[in-house]
Amino acid sequence: MSDLQKTGIDKRRFLARTLTGAATLLLTGCYDLSQKQWFTGILERVEILTQHAQHLFAGPQTLAPEFTKADISPVFRANGTLDPGTADYAAHAARNFADWRIQVGGLVAHPLSLSMTQLRAMPSRTQITRHDCVEGWSCIGEWTGTPLKTVLAAAAPKPAARYAVFYCADPMTAEGDPDHMYYESLDMIEAMHPQTILAYRLNGSDLSIPHGAPVRLRAERQLGYKQPKYIQRIELVEDFAHIQGGKGGYWEDLGYTWYGGI
Amino acid sequence: MASGKTQQKIAVKMRRLAGVLRPALARIRAGTGPRVLFYRHRLPVRVMHWINALCVAIMLMSGLSIFNAHPMLYWGKASDFNHPILSLDAMQSPDGALHGITMVGHHVFHTTGFLGVSNEDGAPTVRGFPSWATLPGPQWLAMGRQWHFAFAWILAINGLIFFAYAFLSRHFSRDLMPTQKDIAHLPREIIDHARLRFPKGEEARHYNALQKLAYVFVIFVLGPLIVATGLTMSPTMDAAFPQLLWLFGGRQSARTIHFICAFSFLGFFIVHIAMVILSGPINNLRSMITGRYAIRTEPENV
Repeated sequence: MSDLQKTGIDKRRFLARTLTGAATLLLTGCYDLSQKQWFTGILERVEILTQHAQHLFAGPQTLAPEFTKADISPVFRANGTLDPGTADYAAHAARNFADWRIQVGGLVAHPLSLSMTQLRAMPSRTQITRHDCVEGWSCIGEWTGTPLKTVLAAAAPKPAARYAVFYCADPMTAEGDPDHMYYESLDMIEAMHPQTILAYRLNGSDLSIPHGAPVRLRAERQLGYKQPKYIQRIELVEDFAHIQGGKGGYWEDLGYTWYGGI
Repeated sequence: MASGKTQQKIAVKMRRLAGVLRPALARIRAGTGPRVLFYRHRLPVRVMHWINALCVAIMLMSGLSIFNAHPMLYWGKASDFNHPILSLDAMQSPDGALHGITMVGHHVFHTTGFLGVSNEDGAPTVRGFPSWATLPGPQWLAMGRQWHFAFAWILAINGLIFFAYAFLSRHFSRDLMPTQKDIAHLPREIIDHARLRFPKGEEARHYNALQKLAYVFVIFVLGPLIVATGLTMSPTMDAAFPQLLWLFGGRQSARTIHFICAFSFLGFFIVHIAMVILSGPINNLRSMITGRYAIRTEPENV
């Protein structure tokens, strides 16, 4: 082999190695960046930009598309917790949730404690809407429930209230640790939206346990994880930094964005 | 032995291929006349090109990361879980081994190692696309989404500035829009490309017809389509613009079109890189960095 040939091969090998090296560096670099606080801080600021930009086009009253009965999915997939599995919840289920109560408190003038009968007695809204999971799939179903706006109006929110926090009956650790129950939060715009309802019926039947019996939230302009199931308590707050991981929801504490409109 | 025969056949085919490639490459290297550098790409185009290249790479890889959270595609308003049009699935055989199963419609492909099941940290793992193709590498939907939505902004703003610049500077009308002459020369152009004969002289001052068509298709069809289908997947955007759902036949159809667009971008990218390499990588790279592109002037024109 001549020296010239050898240099050619060396050159090519060098080029190939440089390219592979650069690609690997880029990939591991991106992965490392994902764990750097300054970088995820930028990503979080972009999330706020996205939220503001979307609100420019979707005003407080802009409705999510509604569908016809023909569009209803034959099987509505249940995701996340399929049964809270606690003794307390099982006892409620055995009594068909006759003693289930929804507490409404925090920054309100008149704290409430509603039974399911009281909730059902309030004016209801029925809507056929699409449920979008953050994973990418969608199901269409007909939901009936009490507009959250109506419930909150009865509790008379104080002007300082900026978020509605929902506390649920499903523990998110295998040990059933009461400090790690599912929770979520919406801002007051989304909480007061006409399609945001405390839903107790899906496709004409009472909510099943996998779908969040006896009551779950529907916030139709948001992804699935923003719509908690098994709701026991609603608290209006000015800030959620002191609640659990401080990011405003179970999945948010694990790195998902608080804004779930995209 | 049969394998020996096969090897011989392959060797013959490789020799034939080399016979075709060598003269083509020689033509590219040699040219015909003296070498002249001319200013081909203006600074804004060069800057936007590289921003775009970075964004497209990150969008593709973070997009695959998001797709891996539910590696199935559907057609219509919602997901018909029993009839995906594409699924990257995994099955476990009785001996415990994992098998990657890709389904396109009713067609089943065994894709262990690449789709459905691939190695992550040396162990076979259930995942749609392999970790070398996704950003971040390990399955991490929340982070994939954050990368995707952040670089979507940069891509979109860069794209809008490019549109404005290209119209105002007449880059579109002068350099990118195929002329009637281009269309007339199209058959010839296709044959030349297939034979890897690329213009080297005066003709190389302008994009050729196939190049123009490819760029125009990506800029005016693929780009807007991938942005619009991406927005259609956002429930809040569907509230603001329900027309999007009507246009694409539902959110799940939009997701599928988004995926097809992404792979069309990948296809464009692969052909683009191949053309850059085949028609003179150094010359092309220099022209996209410094702006200067070398051509061989025709002897009679000197």
